[in-house]
Amino acid sequence: MRNPRRTEKIAFFFLFLATALIVLPVGLIVVSIVRKGLPAISWQFLTDIPREGMRGGGILPAIVGTLYLVLGAIVFALPIGLFAAIYLSEYAKDNVLTRIIKLAIVNLAGVPSVVYGLFGLALFVVFFRFGASILSGSLTLGIMVLPIIITASREALESVPQAFREVSLSLGASKWQTIRHVVLPNGISGILTGTILGLGRAAGETAPILFTVAAFYHPQLPRSIFDQAMALPYHLYVISTQVPNVGDKMRYGTALVLLGLVLIMNSVALVVRFRFRKRHRW
Amino acid sequence: MKFSLRDLNVWFGSVHALTDVTMDIPANEILGVIGPANSGKSTFLRTLNRLNELKPNFRMTGDVRLSGADINKTDVDLLRKKVGMVFALPLPLPLSVFDNVAYGPKMHGVRTKKRQKEIVERALKEAYLWDEVKDRLDTPASKLSGGQQQRLCMARTLAVEPEVILFDEPCSGLDPISTAKIEDTMLRLKANYTLVLVTNNVHQASRVADKTAFFLSGRLIELDDTDKIFTAPSDKRTEDYIGGRFG
Amino acid sequence: MRRLKEFVLQKIVLLCGVASILFVALIFLFLVKEGLNVFKAVSPSHFLLGRSWYPISEPAQFGILPLILGSLLVTAGATVISVAIGVACAVYIAEVARPAVRETLKVGIELLAAIPSIVLGFIGMVTLVPWVKKIFHLPTGLTALSGSIMLAFMAMPTIVSIAEDALHAVPRSYKEGAYALGATRWQTIHRVILRAASPGIAAAVMLGIGRVIGETMAVMMITGNAAVIPHGILQPVRTLTATIAGEMGEAAVGSEHYYALFAIGTLLFVISFGINVTADLLLHKRRS
Repeated sequence: MRNPRRTEKIAFFFLFLATALIVLPVGLIVVSIVRKGLPAISWQFLTDIPREGMRGGGILPAIVGTLYLVLGAIVFALPIGLFAAIYLSEYAKDNVLTRIIKLAIVNLAGVPSVVYGLFGLALFVVFFRFGASILSGSLTLGIMVLPIIITASREALESVPQAFREVSLSLGASKWQTIRHVVLPNGISGILTGTILGLGRAAGETAPILFTVAAFYHPQLPRSIFDQAMALPYHLYVISTQVPNVGDKMRYGTALVLLGLVLIMNSVALVVRFRFRKRHRW
Repeated sequence: MKFSLRDLNVWFGSVHALTDVTMDIPANEILGVIGPANSGKSTFLRTLNRLNELKPNFRMTGDVRLSGADINKTDVDLLRKKVGMVFALPLPLPLSVFDNVAYGPKMHGVRTKKRQKEIVERALKEAYLWDEVKDRLDTPASKLSGGQQQRLCMARTLAVEPEVILFDEPCSGLDPISTAKIEDTMLRLKANYTLVLVTNNVHQASRVADKTAFFLSGRLIELDDTDKIFTAPSDKRTEDYIGGRFG
Repeated sequence: MRRLKEFVLQKIVLLCGVASILFVALIFLFLVKEGLNVFKAVSPSHFLLGRSWYPISEPAQFGILPLILGSLLVTAGATVISVAIGVACAVYIAEVARPAVRETLKVGIELLAAIPSIVLGFIGMVTLVPWVKKIFHLPTGLTALSGSIMLAFMAMPTIVSIAEDALHAVPRSYKEGAYALGATRWQTIHRVILRAASPGIAAAVMLGIGRVIGETMAVMMITGNAAVIPHGILQPVRTLTATIAGEMGEAAVGSEHYYALFAIGTLLFVISFGINVTADLLLHKRRS
């Protein structure tokens, strides 16, 4: 006879082992990037253009390029995403159209990032003749983060108690006034969280910007939205695979700046969620 | 007559929630509505300010008129401005005391702070809450006690100057003292407003209502003067319910 | 005036809601529009089943079978690894770990989800690839196996979080019933809870696979990118995604090569569409 208690112990040990196999490497990766990247971080690294064939100097154009791209993506995606979430949470009836919209959002979230790159190339760069530019890249990234923003915002809006809507409507407020003055203010934390997570995702993606905006080497700051630009993830790709003999310091330093940017955004999202949750108890 | 209803039928999907309700609600009186759970009394109440429409599968037939005008042909926001509602649980919006009361007037275009202050003060006085909160208008409404919150909700409704106020079991979560205050307020409001009070508590109806309606399984069984309903009801089922034999 | 404003806003909101459908349609349309052109140069069967991918030689050959097999091999490897470990991790987090530990582990998983794939690819390139080379005594560590391990790791957040949701959704009464019959926690987990949560776990696995097939940068950096039919997991392979990312930069707009890459993109889109619809159905089934 097998002893069920011992079986349980062994089983739980293996479950724990599996968990450790995932979580430990994550910790190690972050720690090693921070440890090896930190020595590279200096004022010059953050504010200078790349020099010596990208083996020296700084990464300012890549940082600025990424910031522009992220900003552009959000300017495009936030209004559409938020309104779409409002539609789904406040207006949509349980019908075929709503089902199709939800399915479309699920699919939008699942499209491989490199396919977004192709799409951006065909539609924005070639068809609309925006060329490889910040505009093309931002729009591509914007569509990519749209499902993140819609899903998070919709959850946030739907978590606002129905009773609040009834109170507002019962006072003679119109539907839009109710959304504007009661639903949105109470769902704002979830919307912000979703938006910031979308920003983080946009900042870290490489494939969608490969053919829509990214410049291999473009040692100046972009002047208009029709300029090409460098971007942190693509720059990391370039100096780790395309340019020989780039020092570890440069590569880890770039990786750290990118990781730091993304993690800061995620922490901000966490803090926002936590603070609003504490403030709003209903 | 404030409200007149003729052959009102309401469905939610396949559920027939109200069947052939015909009644009149006179002005400046309190109409008590009693009945067991799921008897349709809340649905009846929410018909009067068209709040049932929020449910996706709602459907109604029949004729409901407010001061002679078909409510389904009235602008819904205007109707709800005229027909205010106080809900079962105190439901202050997550705003300050002041902003809760000022919410309705703001939505109806009262922009100046001075005007808002006047309205808030008047409404809070009408709900007999002014003296208790006048020094803390900026605190969150959730900081008030349950009874105060419910009177705040009354003030909020009064602030938009309705003609009718609907009460949906307004004292279900409150202690006897708070309940007494609310009932007292209702009796005083009668002079200027028409009140409809849905309650699970038959004694509450007997204490405040001028007329009382008894609902059972979506039908209006009996509507008469409260004294008559409680002393000599004409329907056996009314007598059974009031006597506590079911429900 | 107020009526008009309400009406206009309602239409705008509806328009934004419908925008998602529009974007999916646009993506499909533009992929197909460009991708179909490749069939002027090569028949569909030669494209899908051709064994040689020489897009820039004369005459060019556009057979994507090596790429499909490359993607399948890497994906299969990643799926085996990630399903075993991912589901185990989800069970540990949902059923075994104490609440404080659970929260820490979840932060760890979320952290993994947040790390950009290019950063993971870079780390894989400088650590995982040399290890694989050393352990298996290979001429290069840039192999399908490296890619599988990396991708399994990257699919974890998807699999763990969705599987954990599915485990949480199992009614408490099932668990209590099993305990009442004298089952241990482990017996309860593997005989009752896992079975009840299986549609959700299946959806988690499918979405994990979707993530793996679509992953681009990390794969490109560590699988070696040899466009030949793979004969084992210890060889370099090239995936569909890496082919697009690696070659689009050199393909002139309007060339056969350009169209071929769009045709590959269309194939990827169709695969991800199928996976997402199936997973959505599975998740829906669980709810209803």
